[in-house]
Order: sequence, then C-alpha cells, then structure tokens
Amino acid sequence: MPDPLPTVALKRVTIVGEAVLETRLVALIRAAGAKGFTRLACSGEGSRGVRASDWEGANVKLETLVSPAVADAILSALARDYFEHFAVVAYVDEVHVVRGDKYI
Amino acid sequence: MDALELVRLNLLSPMVLGFALGIVAALVKSDVKLPEALHSGLSAYLLLAIGLKGGIELGKAPLGELSGPLIATLAVGLTSPLWCFATLRGLGKLGVADAAAIAAHYGSVSVVTFTACGTFLDAAGVAYEGFMSALVAFLEVPAIIVAIFLARRTTAGTAHWGETLREVVFGKSNLLLLGGVAIGALSGPAAEQVKPFFVDPFRGALTLFLIDMGVLAARRLGDLRATGGFLVAFALLMPLVNGAIGALVGDLAGLSLGGTTVFATMVASASYIAAPVAVRIALPEANPALYLTSSLALTFPFNLTVGIPVYHAIARWLHA
Repeated sequence: MPDPLPTVALKRVTIVGEAVLETRLVALIRAAGAKGFTRLACSGEGSRGVRASDWEGANVKLETLVSPAVADAILSALARDYFEHFAVVAYVDEVHVVRGDKYI
Repeated sequence: MDALELVRLNLLSPMVLGFALGIVAALVKSDVKLPEALHSGLSAYLLLAIGLKGGIELGKAPLGELSGPLIATLAVGLTSPLWCFATLRGLGKLGVADAAAIAAHYGSVSVVTFTACGTFLDAAGVAYEGFMSALVAFLEVPAIIVAIFLARRTTAGTAHWGETLREVVFGKSNLLLLGGVAIGALSGPAAEQVKPFFVDPFRGALTLFLIDMGVLAARRLGDLRATGGFLVAFALLMPLVNGAIGALVGDLAGLSLGGTTVFATMVASASYIAAPVAVRIALPEANPALYLTSSLALTFPFNLTVGIPVYHAIARWLHA
C-alpha cells in the first residue's frame, strides 16, 4: 500500500446565482483572492423564483477552493453587493484538497 | 385585402401558430423546451440574420433616404420611455425603479415582433424599406439608457454608468444585430455567399424559436397575479398608444406604407432580450416579475396576434 497523498484543509465556497451575474461573481471571487474556480450552468428553484433573463440562462454555480480568510472576504462582498436584490445562495464547507497549497 | 383577411393571414402564419403551440405545450405541462444552448444559439442566429439583411439593404440605400427614418428612430427611442414612465408613475402609482424598468422595456424594441411584422407584410404583399432592421439596432439602446437615467435621478444607488453602457451597447443582442448590419453593409454583393444559411432557413428557425418563446411566455402567466390589473391594462393598451405614435412619426419621416407599419410595430413592441439583462444589473431593486411578465407574457403575444394588423390598419389610414 502506497502512502495516502497528503491533503490540505481548505474552504470550498459555492455560489449559486442568477446567470446575468456570472461575470460579476467571477470578478468578485477573483478580487477576493481566489486563484481559480469551477463554473457550472444549472437551474433550480428558491424563494425568489423569477429570473430576469432566459436568454442568459437560468443559474450559474461557481465553486472555488480558498483559504478561510478569502472565503470570508467572498462572503462579505456577496452580502454587501448581491444578497439584497438578487437570487444568490452561498455556502462554505471544509474540504481536504490534494496539492492544496496551489490554492492559497 | 380587407382587414379580416389580414388578421387571418397573421394569425395563421406558421410563426404565430408555433408560438401558440409553445403556449399549449406549457399549459398541458408537456416537456417541450429547447435546450438552453440551442435557445441562445438560435437567438444569436436570428439577430445576426436580421442585422445582415438590414445591412445589405443599408449598403444599397442612398444616405439621404435614410436620414429621416434614422432621426425619427432616435427621437422616439429617447422620448417614449418618458411618457411610459410618466404613465406608470402617475396612473399606475408604481415606484420609481419599477416604473423606470418597465419604461426601459417599452421604449426599447422586440426584435422578434419586428421580424413577425416583416413576415406579415411579405405574406400580405406589402413592400417595406429593407433598411428597417438597421433601425431596430438604433431603437434598442437609447430607451434603456434614458429609463435608467430617470430612475437614478431620484433614487439612491449608483448607476455604474460605464458598466451599464457597456452592457447595453456591447451586450450580445445589440452587438450581434449591429455586427450583422456592418457585415451586410460592408460585404455588399458578397453577402450572397451566406444567403443559403442566413436567409432561406430564417423563417423555419424563427418558428422553432417562437415555440420556445411560447413556452417561456406561458410560464410567466403565473406571475400575472403579482402584476396587478393596472399593469395588465398597461401592457395591452400602451402598445396601441405607442403604435399609433410610431405610425404617425414613421409617416412623417417619409416611410412607405410597409415601412410605416414596421416602424409602428417597432415602437409598439417591448424588449425582452436586451432590456431585462441591462435593467436587472442597473436597477436591481426593480421587480423582474413586473417588467418581464408584462413585456413577454402580455405585450409580445398581443402584438404578435392583434397588434401588427392594427398598426398596419393605422398606417393604411395615414397613407390613404
């Protein structure tokens, strides 16, 4: 049995928001210090329901692996700019990442 | 051709019937719905094709012939959000942001409604100026900017003007439309090369797109409860007011009978591609259920079925 690969504990921030916000959300997580992200087109339902544009798609889901400080920065920026008027969901969980030092 | 015949011609076109099929599909909860990527690809195709067609004709038209209609387009684009906003505020007692958001949609233009008017006139055998689709590109933007300005004049919150302008002018829909116009005007006779793809299959693609539009519109019908009686009346009557003004202005600008009909339809129509995106970002406090439901679920089907023949009748009356 080879040794298990070493992992680093990081925060995974997941944001699901209106597709019209995609470029802005990407800019937001970049500005907060995230090194990269994964983007998925998705759809679903929540308390708001209404989307401004079917042309831009329904929702976008962004996932990024970051340090706890960057995760906090992302969440505060989201709360400040988007929570009031837009359909945005954000959550953080702890993940154990192989080659985790790449992300901080 | 008498009025009844024109209405019949309009209602029984494959495009309008396709739209009706989409509505029926949504009402019976069928799984008819184009994949998102196809919907988005089809709209890009339609916008580019419409621009291209207008551009080719624009290249042929003498500049003098164009100046009147172009000035008329900009004049209406800049002023129609003002009277829409005043009506929504004064009669509808809507909040500033909601009134401005709706005014942006009704001042801007629906490209699909414009196209439906063109196919209606083709079927009725009425000619219209080929450069009209270039005018659509110029009608799309000003109203959105004026309406956002109206809202930001009195409300707090920053408009992020640079970003908003970029969004409206370089947003997918305007860029594809204007880009098509430029490609058509610059390439001239060489544009013949792309005709088999952009011209001949156009109406088929439009019919497919309209089925999807029907599904989307019908899904919005549920939101009508949230919009209230005033907005329903606004969405059905404002197009008639705007259409009559459009017919008058188009006639004064020297457009032909067909061109006047198209211009009236453009002014009567409400955007649901360019405006919602720009408004969602620039006026986030406005409720999308109000502006999208009224433009997509009410005004669009109204214009498609009843509006276009009515605007044609007004244009005929003015030209008589």
